[in-house]
Amino acid sequence: MTGEMTKTGETETSAQRAKEVHGMNERIRRLREESLNTQPRIYIERAVLETEAYEKYEGAVSVSELRALTLLHYFSHKKISIHRGELIVGEKGDGPQSSPTFPELCCHTLEDMKVMNDRELINFTVTEQDLKIQEEKIIPFWEKRSIRRRILNNMTEEWKTAYSCGIFTEFMEQRGPGHTVGSEKIYLKGFREYQQEIHAAMEKLDVLHDPNALRRREQLKAMDTACEAVIVLGQRYAALAREMAQAETDPQWKADLLKIAENCEVVPAHKPQTFHQALQMYWFVHLAVTSELNPWDSYSPGRLDQHVYPFYRRDTEAGILTRDGALELLECLWVKFNNQPAPPKVGITLKESGTYTDFANINTGGIAPDGSNGVNEVSYLILDCMDDMKLLQPSSNVQISRKTPQKFLLRACEISRKGWGQPAFYNTEAIVQELLAAGKSLEDARRGGTSGCVETGAFGNEAYILTGYFNLPKILELTLYNGYDHVAKKQLGLKLGNAEDFHSYEELLSAFQKQIDYFLDIKVKGSNIIEKIYAEYMPVPFLSVITNDCIQKGMDYNAGGARYNTSYIQGVGIGTVTDCLSAIRYQVFDKQRFTLPELTQAMLHDFEGQPKILRLVQEHSPKYGNDDDYADSIMQSVFEYYQKAVTGRPNMRGGMYRVNMLPTTCHVYFGEVMLASANGRRAHKPVSEGISPEKGADVNGPTAVVKSCAKMDHLKTGGTLLNQKFTPSVVAGEQGLQQMANLIRAYFAMDGHHIQFNVIDRQTLLAAQANPEEYKDLIVRVAGYSDHFRNLSRALQDEIIARTEQSFS
Amino acid sequence: MLNIFDIQRYSIHDGDGIRTTIFFKGCPLRCVWCHNPESQRCEPEMLWNQEKCISCGDCVAVCPQKAVSIQNHLPVLERSRCIACGECVEECLEGARAVSGSLKMVWELLDAGERDQMFYEESGGGVTLSGGEVMTANPFSEVIELCRKFWEMGISVYIDTSGFAPWERFESLLPYVTAFLYDIKAMDTEKHQKWIGVENALILDNLRRLSKAGADIRLRLPLVAGINDSREDIQAVLELLREGIHVRRIHLLPYHNTGKGKYARLGRCYEGEAFAPPSQERLEELAQILRQSGVPVVIGG
Repeated sequence: MTGEMTKTGETETSAQRAKEVHGMNERIRRLREESLNTQPRIYIERAVLETEAYEKYEGAVSVSELRALTLLHYFSHKKISIHRGELIVGEKGDGPQSSPTFPELCCHTLEDMKVMNDRELINFTVTEQDLKIQEEKIIPFWEKRSIRRRILNNMTEEWKTAYSCGIFTEFMEQRGPGHTVGSEKIYLKGFREYQQEIHAAMEKLDVLHDPNALRRREQLKAMDTACEAVIVLGQRYAALAREMAQAETDPQWKADLLKIAENCEVVPAHKPQTFHQALQMYWFVHLAVTSELNPWDSYSPGRLDQHVYPFYRRDTEAGILTRDGALELLECLWVKFNNQPAPPKVGITLKESGTYTDFANINTGGIAPDGSNGVNEVSYLILDCMDDMKLLQPSSNVQISRKTPQKFLLRACEISRKGWGQPAFYNTEAIVQELLAAGKSLEDARRGGTSGCVETGAFGNEAYILTGYFNLPKILELTLYNGYDHVAKKQLGLKLGNAEDFHSYEELLSAFQKQIDYFLDIKVKGSNIIEKIYAEYMPVPFLSVITNDCIQKGMDYNAGGARYNTSYIQGVGIGTVTDCLSAIRYQVFDKQRFTLPELTQAMLHDFEGQPKILRLVQEHSPKYGNDDDYADSIMQSVFEYYQKAVTGRPNMRGGMYRVNMLPTTCHVYFGEVMLASANGRRAHKPVSEGISPEKGADVNGPTAVVKSCAKMDHLKTGGTLLNQKFTPSVVAGEQGLQQMANLIRAYFAMDGHHIQFNVIDRQTLLAAQANPEEYKDLIVRVAGYSDHFRNLSRALQDEIIARTEQSFS
Repeated sequence: MLNIFDIQRYSIHDGDGIRTTIFFKGCPLRCVWCHNPESQRCEPEMLWNQEKCISCGDCVAVCPQKAVSIQNHLPVLERSRCIACGECVEECLEGARAVSGSLKMVWELLDAGERDQMFYEESGGGVTLSGGEVMTANPFSEVIELCRKFWEMGISVYIDTSGFAPWERFESLLPYVTAFLYDIKAMDTEKHQKWIGVENALILDNLRRLSKAGADIRLRLPLVAGINDSREDIQAVLELLREGIHVRRIHLLPYHNTGKGKYARLGRCYEGEAFAPPSQERLEELAQILRQSGVPVVIGG
């Protein structure tokens, strides 16, 4: 007699409908289409101009100044253009989806460039002309001096072997250190004023006593030149806009061009006066950071809503800006973000981050530096903007604090449940505590947030560098085979025994921990050297200007100039490794259903001919993600060990190593290099992502998942990632929306760092029907209750698939 | 020990907030359209899913009761011999076998209910005792203990019931229960006897008494086209309410056939093939009739 009901006739409120209607205007629709429909391509001009600059200046000036002069040369001579209709100007290359290369970091071979052009996914058009230039100019000059070459020359054999076998990855072999997020400072001062600050710092240098005074002066000179570079870029856009306006006959576009010219005459040289200028200021800064070098995760404005709110308020009160006008400008900025694909990657770096997305990440909401609620009118505008735009870039996310109004959370949930993954939700209180635990001041912590995927940082004050992913399940695999890698056919780890030598779970765990330590040592030694290579050979004077304390210290961002300096090592596969240890402990040592050698033999053969063992480890062993303390306590012990083994190791920039738990796309690559694992994961299949349970392992619903995940001590990390899958019907209607919000609030009350929702579409349901084992955790709303899709009869599945289709129409 | 056939967390469409629903096995009614047929009998039962079965015969070999045999290439279960011990469940590599129902101690249920307390508090949710029929579960003293302990822990308890149980049982739970989700399947006695298997006098009587005792009642009307969805059927409910019965909300629950597959897994026939939900227009019309009582009416949970 329970719940005999079908949820029918759910209607959206008129307020919701109104939001749907406002949509994009014609201008934005066109710019957005252009951004989405343009094929990404290589932009070779940067490499050419950079080579020219090096030929001109190298040897005559310090490395820092050389880098700044290179930026100045690029911004003085690169082709610039203004696209019809756009209100925010400037591109990294020469138009949407045009991607400069950075041969100083990674000098692509001709083969690399052909692969880039030909590969099916994440491809970039490379022309014959590009290839010719690369061959004749770029490769001869850069081949031997690229940072990638320098890094590989300085790594040990152990490092190279572990790296090539997928024990860990290395972020800095093709892209610069980054994960950097801006503060409000670029809205408070123009770059002419920063030049004055730099000059004052130069005046103050203590040449009598400071042995590093020369170094500092060179660095400051470089920063001065870097300011000049961005000012020149602004001036060129102002001049171009005026020139185009003169020839323009369409009165609207002419007026827009004059407005652009006016804006670019103010920013970036001077501080912005209007909302429009504030956004243009950010964009110039973004271009400079990402043209100077190609730092990971491009660059992010941080708390954009709070930074530009004063301009919004002033302009709307003065009657020179309407809400719709502000939304249009934000949408123009969103298009600009989406116009910039991540720089082309190759090899392992492509595998760990196989996407065009460059991870610019905007945090909206949260709290203000004084601890009060940070949500303002611009926060809601940004939600409307992300809802309208539905673009992958910028990643548009929300910070939810205890003080965040429920209205804001519900509006964010409403967008999230539409099923395209944004916004993701971040826990302000957790972020603040993570930052405090890492030694930041309270105010700096409150200004902080997350960037990239989920990485915690003190915005504007910190260089928090991701150094690479760390393959925890693979290390357990090696532990089971005496350190021998049966995939690469190489001895990789320590020789601590074969399966038959482990007589208890504790013995195995202890060996696993020793292997973790062993590989961490290799990883950290490599990262320390790489940090020094960047500090010496690849400074970033522009980024140093806008990161607090670099000017005062006369020290580069890449050398420890920022107020805080963290290096992260990202643990991958906690769900998989937990379930493996749980299955071994439960079936081998507790129940003695089979021996450890029997299991490792079965794993070697991908469980072929061992369906019984496979079923026992897959179906009848405790799994992480079910609020089951047997498995969850194993997760805690592995996490604690890994966390302690990393945290506190000194890095080379005056800071320390810390952990975060996220994979980007690395869980797929890390799975590729693995045998079948002890939890029944088949050979070469992906390992679990973030801190999410292994695919199909969680069968007790979202509250159980969230509780398992919350048993990890998130506050000791620099970010964790949890993916929660739903079908649209689970989150449909007022109840679905409210409970989604409540689920987030409860997870955050338990110190969860981040949660994002996958609201599954019909296509996935069809795939789930074809491969039920792959989708064991998929929950669908059946009628008055929810159920696992795999547990429904074929006919009922068909019914739900049909219904989902309807709910989308 | 209480016989439970499922515990469902994140139940968000039955009652308020995020809830954990505990499903009791055993029901005195036999609604022809029942979508949880495994909830009807008190004793644990074996479910066999023919869609997953590959007829390997492993279940035959392992059964200590010799209750399974292969006939015409399919395993056939002699239900009179099966004690639902579950030996064959772990043995079945295809996952085609499952046991519905297991005996749980009160503390186990308290533990299961407590696990999501954080979510209840955030959302105004709690625990729902459902079924089968919780009000006829035995020993009932354990049900009382369960409700009392949840109440002591500050966890709200909803009772989802058909109302077909002795009044004393309802009375004993009143101090600990926040709300009753109370079904009326048909007002007409003959209809009730025909489709539900019992008369409805006890159900209506208990409803009157609960209302008199000041309980928070959410009335739920499962509706099947052509069976209990006529204007007269619903007019009778309205008249009942006008007697002075106070309910907080009325839910119209259109019939669905999601339980169909389970009949086959239990080796039973489904007699509701021809049933259909009322049309949307009819539902709206019935809702309008009931709104004359002044009580809010919701279509769906």
